[in-house]
Amino acid sequence: MNKTKFDSILLPFVGIAACVFIWWCVAGKPVTKQVRDDFGDVVTVTSRVGISADLPGPIETWHKTRDYILKPFEKRGELDQGILAFTWLSLKLVAQGYCIALLVGTPIGFCLGLSKTFSKIFDPIIQILRPVSPLAWLPLGMVLFSSVKISDAAGHVLFGAIDAAALFTIAVCAMWPTVLNTAVGVRAIPQDYLNVAKVLKLSRAKTLCKVLVPATLPYMFTGFRLSLGIAWLVIVAAEMLTGRPGVGGFLWQQYNAQSFAHIILCILTIGVVGFVLDRLMSVVERRFKAV
Amino acid sequence: MAFLELKKVRKGFGAGEKRTQVLSDIDIAIEEGEFVAIVGYSGAGKTTLISLIAGLLRPDSGSVTLKGVEITEPGPDRGVVFQNYSLLPWMTVYENIALAVDQIFPNWSPEKKKQHTEKYIAMVNLSPAREKKPGELSGGMRQRVSVARALAMEPQVLLLDEPLSALDALTRATLQDEIERIWEKEKRTVVLITNDVDEGILLADRIVPLSAGPNATLGPSVRVDIERPRDRKAINHDPRYKEIRREVIGYLLGDGGRKRVKVSKTLVLPNLLPEDLDAPRQWFRGRQPRRRDEIKHEAVEIGS
Ligand SMILES: Nc1ncnc2c1ncn2[C@@H]1O[C@H](COP(=O)(O)OP(=O)(O)OP(=O)(O)O)[C@@H](O)[C@H]1O
Ligand SMILES: [Mg+2]
Repeated sequence: MNKTKFDSILLPFVGIAACVFIWWCVAGKPVTKQVRDDFGDVVTVTSRVGISADLPGPIETWHKTRDYILKPFEKRGELDQGILAFTWLSLKLVAQGYCIALLVGTPIGFCLGLSKTFSKIFDPIIQILRPVSPLAWLPLGMVLFSSVKISDAAGHVLFGAIDAAALFTIAVCAMWPTVLNTAVGVRAIPQDYLNVAKVLKLSRAKTLCKVLVPATLPYMFTGFRLSLGIAWLVIVAAEMLTGRPGVGGFLWQQYNAQSFAHIILCILTIGVVGFVLDRLMSVVERRFKAV
Repeated sequence: MAFLELKKVRKGFGAGEKRTQVLSDIDIAIEEGEFVAIVGYSGAGKTTLISLIAGLLRPDSGSVTLKGVEITEPGPDRGVVFQNYSLLPWMTVYENIALAVDQIFPNWSPEKKKQHTEKYIAMVNLSPAREKKPGELSGGMRQRVSVARALAMEPQVLLLDEPLSALDALTRATLQDEIERIWEKEKRTVVLITNDVDEGILLADRIVPLSAGPNATLGPSVRVDIERPRDRKAINHDPRYKEIRREVIGYLLGDGGRKRVKVSKTLVLPNLLPEDLDAPRQWFRGRQPRRRDEIKHEAVEIGS
């Protein structure tokens, strides 16, 4: 095995092993003691000791979460499903919110990049809205969409205020990187390309789709990638507050149930899924940057 | 009335303190079908001048007219070969040229457009590379695509901004021949910007020197009355060639030369002496090379 391969495959495992070890050190371990109680009987008492006594260690976590991992698609109840079933629910919501973010964000980015007036008018607003946390947007979304209610024939609510608010939160939070990167990309279009459009007297529509969009694509995809990261980040907050089934909703429910092993499972799942999404986007991004 | 005419054109950039007057009092009249070469220093304002004719820039004062009509915006009647090719990198060679053809001859049938595009790709010998993206082409090939695109527009005026400057001598010679051949065949009005006087003499009917900036202006034109086709090798021995060359270069170095500027600068001479092996070793510091700073102030006169 050559050196680079060793480095790129084995070294990450060293890091993971180190983290697991620290986790194991910090986690509480059950200790069983024989104690004589007030009545003089000998009873076995199990107590947890350790720096974080309630935190389950790696092996304990595995035993407690095995069901969710080994039967990833099983549905035992609305808030008791296999981990991949939850992930799928979350991903669906993220995908919807993300699409809205791109559809709204990209045109805004183009307007900002193309028009100095437009960018002077809206730049301050964007800078103010951008740092607002998802936790703050969600209540606003609830108020905004309080009257939204789509039910099926049987009276089940298919899409209610809560769903609308969750989508709204994801879209609003995830939009900004797309908006800003697109705007930067449009401003960075070399004058040469615009000169070509001018000399050929391309119409506005043709300039847009033959010159502006292709020239901005690499920047747009950087924005799309960052947006996806944020959309996934927001999902937990959105699900926690709305109680929707999904990784975030499960996490919150398990916190209320004081089931820490499940929380760890959720955290790891969120991390891994986020990582995979980012990898996928970077592959797509690289394809467009190669042009 | 001349075909293409610039009268008392002035152009500057920036405002207030930082304003530089790039071009001033540009006067030139170009006849239809004429091949004019403009030769000048780098940074003198050659690209600015071409942009004014193309309509990408508007003069601060004076007028630029084509057939008596003021040029106010770019248009397909003036094909430009930009200094940096300006091909759209996400399109193939064919698509780059087809974009121009589509735009300028919207009423043609698809077959006719295709034929026309192919014809110009073939003209610059790029048929084998027609499906390649500009990123996969060499500098010379890109340059040729750019020339083909401008020609395919069948413009009344062809504006070439240092179209061959990025090329090696060999490719350059080939493309010079190509430009001449095309001009002979199509008899378009051509304005060629170049920094190579020999190239101008080889190709043009008339050479106009542009003096050094700022406030660059056009010097007296020199007519190139050497028989065509001009042979690159034979021309070197032509007495008329030597005379033209002397006239143009004489102007560029003399009246149109760089203004003399005095620049004073401070030179810090290399201050490292070789390591002294006999010096006593010091703990932790080893034998340090001894340093001495030597600073010299001097005033240099730039320009000829
Ligand atoms: N858009 C602009 N804004 C400000 N200054 C400019 C602009 N375009 C050109 N200039 C200035 O005008 C001067 C002439 O530039 P120009 O590009 O016309 O030179 P050039 O003769 O084409 O040079 P080269 O031979 O290197 O291509 C330069 O000093 C440049 O800094
Ligand atoms: Mg130039």
